[in-house]
Amino acid sequence: MGFPILSIMLLVPLVAAIACLFLEAKSARVVALLATLIDFVLGVVLWANFDIGGAQWQFVEHAPLFAGFNYALGIDGIALMLIMLSVFLMPICILASWNSITRRVGEYMAAFLLMEVLMLGVFMAQDLFLFYIFFEGGLIPMYLIIGVWGGDNRIYASYKFFLYTLLGSVLMLIAMLWMANAAGTSDIPTLMQYNFPVEAQRWLWLAFFASFAVKMPMWPVHTWLPDAHVQAPTAGSVILAGVLLKLAGYGFIRFSLPMFPQASAQFMWLIFALSMIAVVYTSLVALVQHDMKKLIAYSSVAHMAIVTAALFAFNVQGLEGGMIMMLSHGLVSGALFLCVGVIYDRLHTREIDRYGGLAINMPKYALFFLLFTMASIGLPGTSGFVAEFVSLAGVYHASSFATLVLTTGIILGAAYMLYLYRRVAFGDQKNADAAAMPDLDLREWSMFAALAAAVLWMGIYPESFIAPMRSDIQALDARLAQAAPKGDAQLKVGPPNAHAANYIAHGSESTGEAH
Amino acid sequence: MHSIIFIVFLPLLAAIIGGLGNRGLGNLPVKILTTGALFIACALSWPIFLSFVAGTAEPSVVPVLHWVQSGTLSFDWALRVDTLTAIMLVVVTTVSALVHLYSWGYMDEDPDQPRFFSYLSLFTFAMLMLVTSDNLVQMFFGWEGVGLASYLLIGFWFRKPSANAAAIKAFVVNRVGDLGFMLGIFGTFLVFGTVSIPAILAAAPGMSGASIGFLGYRVHTMDLLCILLFIGAMGKSAQLGLHTWLPDAMEGPTPVSALIHAATMVTAGVFMVCRLSPMFETAPVALTFVTFIGASTCIFAATIGCTQWDIKRVIAYSTCSQLGYMFFAAGVGAYGAAMFHLFTHAFFKALLFLCAGSVIHAMHHEQDMRFYGGLRKKIPVTFWAMMAGTLAITGVGFAGVGFAAFYSKDAIIEAAYARGTQMGYFAYWMGVLAALLTSFYSWRLMFLTFWGKPRWGQSEHIQHAVHHGHDHPEEANPAAQEDSGHDATHHVPDPQEHDGTAGYHPHESPISMLIPLIVLSMGAVFAGAVFNHTFLESVGFWKGSIFYNEGLIHAMHGIPELAKLAATIVMLIGLAIAWWGYIKDTDMPAKAAEQLGPIYRFVYRKWMFDELYNFLFVRPAFWIGRKFWKIGDVGIIDRFGPNGAAWVVHRGSVYAQKIQTGYVYSYALVMLLGLVAAITWVLF
Repeated sequence: MGFPILSIMLLVPLVAAIACLFLEAKSARVVALLATLIDFVLGVVLWANFDIGGAQWQFVEHAPLFAGFNYALGIDGIALMLIMLSVFLMPICILASWNSITRRVGEYMAAFLLMEVLMLGVFMAQDLFLFYIFFEGGLIPMYLIIGVWGGDNRIYASYKFFLYTLLGSVLMLIAMLWMANAAGTSDIPTLMQYNFPVEAQRWLWLAFFASFAVKMPMWPVHTWLPDAHVQAPTAGSVILAGVLLKLAGYGFIRFSLPMFPQASAQFMWLIFALSMIAVVYTSLVALVQHDMKKLIAYSSVAHMAIVTAALFAFNVQGLEGGMIMMLSHGLVSGALFLCVGVIYDRLHTREIDRYGGLAINMPKYALFFLLFTMASIGLPGTSGFVAEFVSLAGVYHASSFATLVLTTGIILGAAYMLYLYRRVAFGDQKNADAAAMPDLDLREWSMFAALAAAVLWMGIYPESFIAPMRSDIQALDARLAQAAPKGDAQLKVGPPNAHAANYIAHGSESTGEAH
Repeated sequence: MHSIIFIVFLPLLAAIIGGLGNRGLGNLPVKILTTGALFIACALSWPIFLSFVAGTAEPSVVPVLHWVQSGTLSFDWALRVDTLTAIMLVVVTTVSALVHLYSWGYMDEDPDQPRFFSYLSLFTFAMLMLVTSDNLVQMFFGWEGVGLASYLLIGFWFRKPSANAAAIKAFVVNRVGDLGFMLGIFGTFLVFGTVSIPAILAAAPGMSGASIGFLGYRVHTMDLLCILLFIGAMGKSAQLGLHTWLPDAMEGPTPVSALIHAATMVTAGVFMVCRLSPMFETAPVALTFVTFIGASTCIFAATIGCTQWDIKRVIAYSTCSQLGYMFFAAGVGAYGAAMFHLFTHAFFKALLFLCAGSVIHAMHHEQDMRFYGGLRKKIPVTFWAMMAGTLAITGVGFAGVGFAAFYSKDAIIEAAYARGTQMGYFAYWMGVLAALLTSFYSWRLMFLTFWGKPRWGQSEHIQHAVHHGHDHPEEANPAAQEDSGHDATHHVPDPQEHDGTAGYHPHESPISMLIPLIVLSMGAVFAGAVFNHTFLESVGFWKGSIFYNEGLIHAMHGIPELAKLAATIVMLIGLAIAWWGYIKDTDMPAKAAEQLGPIYRFVYRKWMFDELYNFLFVRPAFWIGRKFWKIGDVGIIDRFGPNGAAWVVHRGSVYAQKIQTGYVYSYALVMLLGLVAAITWVLF
């Protein structure tokens, strides 16, 4: 057993979190930033040392605690990418809170650092119950961040968030207990190979679905998300959209699909139907929002619906596309919430109509906002396109109808995002206070520049991100192959036509060059 | 052929440096940088094209970077150069370089010049990526890239609400087409297992008898794929149904209209169909559909062009109509003729737009032709250049010698006749009828603008200029440029002088604007005659980059003389009617419009498409969105979901208060205890 890098990645923010509780504002910020940066560097080291195409589970740590309950960590390529997303976003979140949080700074930073521990733990856990603790534990710091540092209606939003997500996970816990009992182990890699009886799979699948659907969130259990986003402080929104929503997608890919392949195939249409409704429904709702954060929150639901549909397309493109969509959406929606945060810090309103003409007094901001808007719309060259394209190409193999409905999202997405951008950045400067806002400072600029670089990198050369996941996805695809439903295409190759469609016979075949 | 790397990436580099440097660099450096990059790209493109004309070049592919590999779905960044690409290279880089140069004069007083020039160069890069693509996905990259640049340039004067609305409309309507394009790519990948264009074209004939399931129906595989892809082309090339964005796109500065909305971007759809022509040739129904849409658009847009007063809108509808010609040419299998018309059209239509820009420049941003008149002597260079453009578009020529469209448009009309199918004859008649209208609206534009007596005394823009001096101070402020594109109500104050000029004397444009006009005039006059044989009858030129239909070429030689002459005859009729109505008896048009009454108004209001779409799509989308939000989310899901549950819990908690504290941490504690208990139960 080598250097326990995973444990250290958990330990660094944990220690820093405890330290922050006892520090005054200024030093708490510095400690939090340092801790998250150290974790980011460790993440880069992790990525660099990850052996692509090597063992499925790497950096494994294993310590039996009490009677079968293990402290077991280890990652595959899928987890690695999501860990990278988390450690990349965390320093940005700390920076985003630098000036805007002035109350109880130490506790705030501690909550964020604790959240980082729990999020990373989810992706690293190799034991069912360890996973559960991390998965549900993540609720508590988020609940506090919304409830203590949130907006005017924060209490309602935080309760809604907590109750919604907790109710879903009770069923998952029961299912986990049953599984550990039936399979005789709580080791996730073993369970991923375990074949549960089909009848049991169905119930287990539904129990996990109850939890993941809420977290994702899928229609119709999505209504906590807009409220939570609107009330959360900027950094809270970034981490909520950036990482917390991905926990559910990770859950689908780690549990539902490999552990219950037959049930997944049977419920494919449930997922497709909910995803199709979500794309159209939430896109239309996003179109009529007056609150910037609500608009972006609804757009998140639409994007996550493409993830769910893609994951359940039962092919490599769907799985990889869904994963890229999660990574891309993590960056892009995080960046968009930052875009809102930057102007909220200046004017203290999220009302779209209070802005206008920002391209005149904030040109740098307008450029970044445009880039992230385009990434959200899925313009080729940005991460959003690779995500959307590969995902939907996968879904098409399963169902042309679902693809048609999901692809309308590219029209509606363009409509609501450009409409937002027009009202915020274009037009005349209607309000004197909005017109007087200064452009980005260095702190804000560096956050945006980092995100922009990542978005373009993933759009132009996504191979860096796909390569570590490739063998894991292939393994999953192979396991799913036994259950994969047939698509609706059913290509039948008949005898080809004798002539081209516009063929015209002419007498002198051989004198073609005569003219 | 590695010069292609420079051709494609120099404009990108210029756009990035110019765009990020922006005002930090200053106007002049950015203008020199972007214009210089484009002239270099243009100078590198012509040798490639000429080597294909001479037959010495071979198709090649320059790999750039690996892009995506997901299972069997794999595509790279690569630059393909073959005959088809070479044609587009010279069209794009030449027009773009000239438009850059023209903009030095046209945009001279704009405060945001670096941004403008960077957008132009960015557009050129995206367009070059489109035409050099070796796979469908890179084509889609270019497709969306030009869409972005078009969006940014239409909305360049972003303080104007009408410009913003037009920009969004252009993007969103194009996205409707993109839906088809994307589904087409997905379907192609499903059927062929690849998105590489050469591989698809090679495998397509083998699939011409295949059937596939789509939305629960079984359909002919290739027809389905080609129609889906063609829907993308319809959006980008503003074909009937998805054309509504193009006239509104005239909100952008006029050089943009010339480059993007006339010469290059809007022809991308035609390019796509030609690039995939071997694939379309396996899909008879799709080709009939292409022919039908093309022929319908060509006549439909021409009717509207005859009624508009805004000089740019007339040319915009003319573009729409000419694209229709190209599509029905492709539909009947005359891909060479389609590309030829694309080639000549790029020159003469860019010329017409730039001339219109020069007129608008001289007329102080007045775009309504009712306020022009008698400009022939005031701006002679512009007049002669526009004359060359008009002679080219109307296809003037006789006995085998003529201006550009005399060769390209007539070849299309002949091909439709020679095709010999019912749809072919339909296209032929629509093409001939549209040629009449083309001649009419083109000469109407000329006569209204350059002949007759000056009428600009009553124009608001001119009066503005007269009262505020000739230095055009308000041009520096884009917000002051009113929405003159629509039927703005012009006040009728007393003309200060009785010659209709109100004391305003138009001036010829600066030299930087005139040089492009002169160069493009050369193209409009000679492009047809010089390249006629190369495009239409040389199988060695195409080198397999399009489907070469030998039988059709032969059939075109065999059609009756009268069918060949028809285009020339109707061109003369159109000229005569325009002369009658706008020079001889100038009251006639108004009377005719009154006689036609509702039909005239229907055509004048652009066949009511905007009203229809607003009623069918735009307003319902917002209405449904509000209902989903207020009734769906708030009224049902929240009410019976979390709030309902909270209500139940609240009621219940009244009774259970003794054991429940109501604090979250106690719930969490119970959860943890439950977990421990459960584990204990599992293990023992």
